[in-house]
Amino acid sequence: MQISGRDSNRYQTFTRRAALLAGAQGVAFVVLAGRMYYLQVLKTDQYRMLAEENRVSMRLLAPLRGNIVDRFGRILASNRQNYRAMLISEQTPDVEATLTRFSNIVEIDEYTRKRILRDISRSPRFMPVTVAEDLSWDEFAQVNINEPDLPGIVPDVGETRDYPYGEELAHILGYVAAVSEKDLASAEGDQPVLKLPGFRIGKEGIEKTYDKELRGVPGSSHVEVNAYGRVIRELSKDPGTPGSEVVLTLDMDIQRFAWDRLKGESASAVVLDIHSGDVISFVSAPAYDPNQFNMGYGTAEYKALLESPYLPLMNKGLAGMYPPGSTFKMVVGMAAVEAGIDPANRVFCPGHYSLGSHDFHCWKKGGHGAVNLHDAIKHSCDVYFYDTAKRIGIEAIADMARRFGLGETYGFEVPGEKAGLVPTPGWKRAVKGEVWHQGETVIAGIGQGYLLATPLQLAVMTARIANGGYAIEPRITRAVGGSLVPVKEPKFIGVSEDALRAVMAGMNGVSNEIGGTAYRSRIAEPGMELAGKTGTAQVRRISRAERLSGVLKNEDLEWRQRDHALFVCFAPYDAPRYAMSVVIEHGGSGSGAAAPVARDIMHEVLKRNPVRPQAGNPPRGAGRPARTG
Amino acid sequence: MLDLRRFTGHEMRLGEKLAEFNWGFLLLLTLIASMGFAMLYSVAEGSFSPWALRQAARFAAGVAIMISVAIIDLRLWMRLAYPLYGFALVLLIAVEIIGFVGMGAQRWLNLGFVSVQPSEIMKVTLILALARYFHGLTLEEVSRLRNLVIPLALVGAPVGLVVVQPDLGTAILLTATAAVLFFSAGLRWRYFILAGAAVLAAIPVVWSRLHDYQRNRVLTFLDPERDPLGAGYHILQSKIALGSGGIFGKGFMEGTQSQLNFLPEKHTDFIYTMLGEELGLVGGLVLLTLYFVVLMFSLNVALQCRNQFGRLLAIGVSMTFFFYVFINASMVMGLLPVVGVPMPLVSYGGTSMLSLMFAFGLLMSVHIHRNLEISRGPSAFW
Repeated sequence: MQISGRDSNRYQTFTRRAALLAGAQGVAFVVLAGRMYYLQVLKTDQYRMLAEENRVSMRLLAPLRGNIVDRFGRILASNRQNYRAMLISEQTPDVEATLTRFSNIVEIDEYTRKRILRDISRSPRFMPVTVAEDLSWDEFAQVNINEPDLPGIVPDVGETRDYPYGEELAHILGYVAAVSEKDLASAEGDQPVLKLPGFRIGKEGIEKTYDKELRGVPGSSHVEVNAYGRVIRELSKDPGTPGSEVVLTLDMDIQRFAWDRLKGESASAVVLDIHSGDVISFVSAPAYDPNQFNMGYGTAEYKALLESPYLPLMNKGLAGMYPPGSTFKMVVGMAAVEAGIDPANRVFCPGHYSLGSHDFHCWKKGGHGAVNLHDAIKHSCDVYFYDTAKRIGIEAIADMARRFGLGETYGFEVPGEKAGLVPTPGWKRAVKGEVWHQGETVIAGIGQGYLLATPLQLAVMTARIANGGYAIEPRITRAVGGSLVPVKEPKFIGVSEDALRAVMAGMNGVSNEIGGTAYRSRIAEPGMELAGKTGTAQVRRISRAERLSGVLKNEDLEWRQRDHALFVCFAPYDAPRYAMSVVIEHGGSGSGAAAPVARDIMHEVLKRNPVRPQAGNPPRGAGRPARTG
Repeated sequence: MLDLRRFTGHEMRLGEKLAEFNWGFLLLLTLIASMGFAMLYSVAEGSFSPWALRQAARFAAGVAIMISVAIIDLRLWMRLAYPLYGFALVLLIAVEIIGFVGMGAQRWLNLGFVSVQPSEIMKVTLILALARYFHGLTLEEVSRLRNLVIPLALVGAPVGLVVVQPDLGTAILLTATAAVLFFSAGLRWRYFILAGAAVLAAIPVVWSRLHDYQRNRVLTFLDPERDPLGAGYHILQSKIALGSGGIFGKGFMEGTQSQLNFLPEKHTDFIYTMLGEELGLVGGLVLLTLYFVVLMFSLNVALQCRNQFGRLLAIGVSMTFFFYVFINASMVMGLLPVVGVPMPLVSYGGTSMLSLMFAFGLLMSVHIHRNLEISRGPSAFW
């Protein structure tokens, strides 16, 4: 190319510099290509992972909670379909209008409406918000039929915990409820499933104790999401593992019966299998409705529960501590025999017992005359036990009480057990800083004073008497997730056969001999005879003035002042199989209030589980028959 | 071999001009634009609307503009250089006044039937004006200080207006293009060294005057992890998209980052990222290669031209195009801060596409009229 002379300088410079620019461009493009190579080849694995993290989101799927069933497989707690209506706000042009139309089918109050609108404003537009839960089938059908007129409304079926027996089992099963901040804080490890909306965990009872087993393993669904979190499609799904079934030792028929029998009282009743410790029935009345706890109790209702003098939120069978009263006399009696006192030995009861300047009264004003151990139990003579207690001393009594399960907890599956109290001089010194008085030994002889026991402990005590002195412990779970819960091999308490035989005969006298304190509450059917012991635990101190002017009858006192009525028993007398305790708070007297209830329940138990006397049965009170069931 | 002197001294007829038009080059541009159409089709989840079809229509209009501009005599463009520059400057001032009245940053001028971005027009007219000016100077005259007053004013006025808009990206682009023209015109090296030193010295001053969002962009560029959900999000997601594309990409319309909206602005500034994700390193390099061919062709046009105006015009257009490609690609790869510079011919956008095709029209006019010898003196003004 020829360039005219005048221009050649400029052209040469231009060409040189253009070449430089071209070179710069070339370098720039090499840099770009190199960067592409770095990102797309060298670092591609890292970025591919990041892209997957962006794209794939894991959604937890709540596992189906395991059922709780009774010993025969009857469902006590399960999951019920919960018909719901959800609202997806992006699918309706006008949320308010949809809600108004929806409320023509299912009433939405102002409070709920506000809650819905708040939920909608807080969640992305594609997220379903619950509008109404627990719809009846009719309502649900209506919502389905009218769906075209309700843009944005999506009918949905969820799962919710259901307790078909409601309050009858409330104190055993407990309940599930929404996860609280505290639950989250105390949960071990990271449990993301707890954060699922609507997830429920066990808060009380078996639901709490076996929460892990009942809960199961959450599944997961891998979904593809876009940058706004909207689910595009499901990539894979792991349904998780449903929770395990928990089989209780309860017999729901008997539980029901016992509940009906105690309804209206502030009371508890515990029925045990004396060989295995299986809880056949465990009632604490009154109770609450666990279904309502699940769905959220109303504030006013909950306040009423809290403030009721009958303490419906308390499991009285476990946590109610009462002076055992005369039901404690068997323990004193056995301690006496062990101390070398002949059961046939008689003590004269003039109606009162003097210790120094103080008089201790027998419940029978005129006295029982000369009574041996058998009579003393049968008539529940107080003076005999005052005297015996003083003779053998508090340590011997406390030792026997502990061997029969008082003053301790068993690690029962239902949480909330109380240990009660078996007082000793050492305890008094340590806790109260005071010296033990002999008068305290005397009243301990009739189960009063510092002594405290729970109905469960009284049932265990009775069972240990009835099974021949084996330290069974109560249990209420038979199987979890298909594998049987092993029964602990009970240790022999080491009590003499004579002692056992004596107190059991006395208990037989209570129920089956004319003049026994619970003779009116006997079971007449042959082979079903129960042997028991009444107890009337004083709630207040009776003053000297009062005693002189005549002790007020229980019926004349206000409810809170009345005595607790207790009864413990085992049956059948000839081949013991079941033991039970009944405590009716402020029920008046053991024989009048508790014994008839116990009798009816025990009768029901035996009717349903006839115990055939077998040739191989050991003599009562001695040894232990082969475990059944 | 074509006789290069064939057209010297006589006026070309339309037929001759169309014959000299490099249709292969237009085909090259069409190929590049088509990659853009494909990506715009993919962005819309397999739909020609709303972007691909409109972009194709704009490209068609752009082709018409390019051909029209190309066949107009280069001497006419030389004559129009200053008036066009003046017109663009007036538009820039107008947009500034409207922006001031409207209390906010303003880059667009609404002419009723169409919205134009005066800064885009300025990019082309500044090249015209500077090429026109330096055409009139000998090599010795170029480096005389008094001769630099006018071209510096030509650059300073629009850059100043754009900076206050504020549109830092365009300001840098205008300055860089101008520097290339000064350089190609033969300005001595020492001026560039001095200017470079001045720029370095000015950085702290400029930094203190930057808007917060501009500072954020620079800071985020230097350390994207600084704010992965906010300002750093764009760069990070863009790198993830590119990197996860690998050598062969995830497949057309299969880019998860793009299709699931993790990638921002994917139909405009980040379209190259999307291409890299879906078509991989291979797709990305194909596009870069096409761009490089365009650049080499443009450079050749400049070198083949027998008049200084055409040379400077061609290299100006070429380098502007280069800056676009380089800045955009560097930005999406995390080599430069996020500045709003589109990928030429590929990103969705009307004004930039049309002004670019206008510029290519000028380039083609230089090519067609490469044998014109235009005198340096005032006679060139006819």
